[in-house]
Amino acid sequence: MYTDPAVIQFIDDHFVPVRVHVHDQADEFKRLGAKYNAQWTPTVLVIDSQGEERHRIEGFLPAAAFLAQLALGLGHSAFARSDFAEAERWFRQVVERYPDTDAAPEALYWAGVARYKATGDAASLHETAQQFQQRYQSTSWATKASVWN
Amino acid sequence: MAVERKEIGWTHNLEDALEEARSRLRHVLVDFTAAPM
Repeated sequence: MYTDPAVIQFIDDHFVPVRVHVHDQADEFKRLGAKYNAQWTPTVLVIDSQGEERHRIEGFLPAAAFLAQLALGLGHSAFARSDFAEAERWFRQVVERYPDTDAAPEALYWAGVARYKATGDAASLHETAQQFQQRYQSTSWATKASVWN
Repeated sequence: MAVERKEIGWTHNLEDALEEARSRLRHVLVDFTAAPM
């Protein structure tokens, strides 16, 4: 996934990338693996500039699914710092650009929550539940959103 | 004309990466890997 030009560009645009090798950097892997509870490879963490983990990707993913997870992680990070408009932008981007990935229904759910948090308007939750009746019906995220109907 | 192939500029020190992330308003991506380096 790290040879895909879109992945390389996205990481270059948004991240400072750190690689910790299980064998070649055994001591560092042990130290950071314990700090972030990483016990398997590949484990990829989205960490904010304060060192807080905001998203975790475990196991190999193809490029589109990986990009979707990275964008989802940036959305979760913005949400965590209460920047709900920025969070919603990232979540909507996941749904629009990577609609066929596992990240998309999760992003659709959180896009609705982020808009609600930004506006206080519960209609955004209802609209999200309605959208889940059109797509991703069989996912757990649709089930979670069903209470907003 | 040859096209330059861009690669990810991995670093290997988290603390330095966090400092850079703060100065450049970035996040840090940490990849725990067993892949050949």
